[in-house]
Amino acid sequence: MNKTIIKVEQLRKDYYIGEVTVHALKRVDMEIREGDFVAIMGASGSGKSTMLNILGCLDKPTSGDYLLDGVNMGTLTKNQLAALRNNKLGFIFQSYNLLPRTTALENVELPLFYSTGIKPRERRERAMEALKKVGLAERFHHMPNQLSGGQQQRVAIARSLVNNPVVILADEATGNLDTRTSFEIMELLQELNSQGKTIVFVTHEPDIARFMTRNIIFRDGRIVKETEVTDRFDARELIKNLPVQDED
Amino acid sequence: MNYTNTIKIATNALKRNKFRAVLTMLGIIIGVGSVIGMLSIGEGSKKSIREQISGMGSNMIFVMPGSQQRGGVMMGNSSAKSLTLNDIERLEKESQYLSAISPQVSSSGQVVAGNKNWPTSMTGANDKFLEIRKYELKDGRMFTENEINSLAKVCIVGKTVSDTIFGKGADPVGQTIRFSNIPFKIIGILKEKGQNSMGQDQDNMILAPYTTVQRRLLAITHIQTIVASAVSEEKSEQAIAEIKTILRKQHKLKEGDDDDFTVRSQAELIQTLSSVSDMLTMLLGAIAGISLLVGGIGIMNIMFVSVTERTREIGLRMAVGGRGMDILVQFLIEAVMLSVLGGIIGILLGFLISYVAANLLSFPFVVMTQAIALSFLVCSAIGIFFGWYPARKAANLNPIDAIRYE
Ligand SMILES: Nc1ncnc2c1ncn2[C@@H]1O[C@H](COP(=O)(O)OP(=O)(O)OP(=O)(O)O)[C@@H](O)[C@H]1O
Ligand SMILES: [Mg+2]
Repeated sequence: MNKTIIKVEQLRKDYYIGEVTVHALKRVDMEIREGDFVAIMGASGSGKSTMLNILGCLDKPTSGDYLLDGVNMGTLTKNQLAALRNNKLGFIFQSYNLLPRTTALENVELPLFYSTGIKPRERRERAMEALKKVGLAERFHHMPNQLSGGQQQRVAIARSLVNNPVVILADEATGNLDTRTSFEIMELLQELNSQGKTIVFVTHEPDIARFMTRNIIFRDGRIVKETEVTDRFDARELIKNLPVQDED
Repeated sequence: MNYTNTIKIATNALKRNKFRAVLTMLGIIIGVGSVIGMLSIGEGSKKSIREQISGMGSNMIFVMPGSQQRGGVMMGNSSAKSLTLNDIERLEKESQYLSAISPQVSSSGQVVAGNKNWPTSMTGANDKFLEIRKYELKDGRMFTENEINSLAKVCIVGKTVSDTIFGKGADPVGQTIRFSNIPFKIIGILKEKGQNSMGQDQDNMILAPYTTVQRRLLAITHIQTIVASAVSEEKSEQAIAEIKTILRKQHKLKEGDDDDFTVRSQAELIQTLSSVSDMLTMLLGAIAGISLLVGGIGIMNIMFVSVTERTREIGLRMAVGGRGMDILVQFLIEAVMLSVLGGIIGILLGFLISYVAANLLSFPFVVMTQAIALSFLVCSAIGIFFGWYPARKAANLNPIDAIRYE
């Protein structure tokens, strides 16, 4: 069995809205091993995004520990966390979060601006490569508002891949895609996963969850079920069998 | 930190938000431009008033008959006869602070030559007059002491008189004109002097020996005005005091008696008019200050209006690995670039305003370094502060909170 890369212990996250406290996560324990491809599932509002934001070091838990590769994230400085987000983590937001009035290519380049020792040319080439991987070779110079929702989502995916992260965290990354395109993204993620990348993928579609190795189900801020996927989908196979009318 | 990267990020961000950048710069341009323009117009008009007044004569002092002020009320006293040639003699002998003295009498009338005639005035003075009033001869000569003593019917004409009577650019020297029916031989012509600060044409005049004007035209023995030059502008006040002492003695006034004459100096005139133009400068300065404020508020508004979008941008930049420092430097570079560029355009605009105003109102083009420095500093400080402050606030948030900012 692979070594543990993500370990969460007694994690709580409370939101305070005036008098009301929302307990978004209630003492969650969770372990993800290197090379896992985990689906986090659950009803809307069950705490999936909250969990993922903490795993992505974008937010801090109210209490509890989060260990990434053995390092307790609570002990790191802001700059160390920024460096970690830059070169270890790739994050795909539920709402894409692309810079407006900025081309797809420049959006994808963004993380590389904050990495050390990358020349402008390499930056550009890597961004192009990432966009090609998500099927947007024809859309380098389009602005977000000139792209469809699904295309914007794919730009966001390319951005998360461009810095070659160890862990990819995706929040409903196929929510806006048609069957074929989401299968293509799954194919890409499965390939990355087979190369050893750990992927945590939030979804509420059971069909999509079947592309992964393990499913964790949240309800009301708690993990209620964990299952290993036995009859796993192979995206490449499925794409071959898709009806032809989807081709164009 | 990689500065070339950060500069690139900042320039990209500016390019993405051209409209916002232009609006921000506009605030700075208006602020800087108006301060420089207004203050240099104020300063230019002050300078031009000074120049015009000093062009009227060299450190001139006038003595007029009668006390012009009684109980605070100005009284017309052209009819007073308290000044005489003896006063002049006395002043010439005793004063130390006067470099030249001349009596002045004048008579208005019609000048006639051939079929042309023209209303003007004839000023009678001695040979020091040109020096005191800063007139110069263009052609011909000044009258001599002999001619003064003999009440000679000679005269020197101003350009306006010569142009109207003899035609533009003609040389009237040697011709004869009639003034109040007395024929005068023209022995010289004055160089053009233009209008004075009160808008009077200083070339519409004829100069003749004071004796001639006194006796032949006016038939009087007193004189209307004494004009004199102080040795220097700084000595003007001493000169006035000295004149008062000498004349009081000469007129045998007792202590407690009012002066029966009035002394005024060009320096006083400069002061009075300067204080008027100082007020003008202050007014313009206030307008400029308001423009600066308006520009500043403009900058502030643009920055605050875009804060939501920019906070999200900052959140995203932090999410993909930007450190607080990277983001602050980016925003500072953006703000500095806008401020400097806007400031430079503003300075050019200010120059343009001052230059156009100087040409239209015909006064000197003044470049005011302090105004440039001050307005530039104020505007860039505002620009940089309001560029930096929201960035600092956003960079302190958790990335996710910044991304979700509304
Ligand atoms: N910033 C916040 N402030 C206050 N409450 C929040 C905040 N973010 C999330 N919550 C609350 O925390 C709970 C969990 O939200 P979360 O976004 O994690 O749900 P989710 O499982 O991702 O749902 P969905 O499938 O709709 O995306 C919800 O009840 C939500 O109202
Ligand atoms: Mg969510």
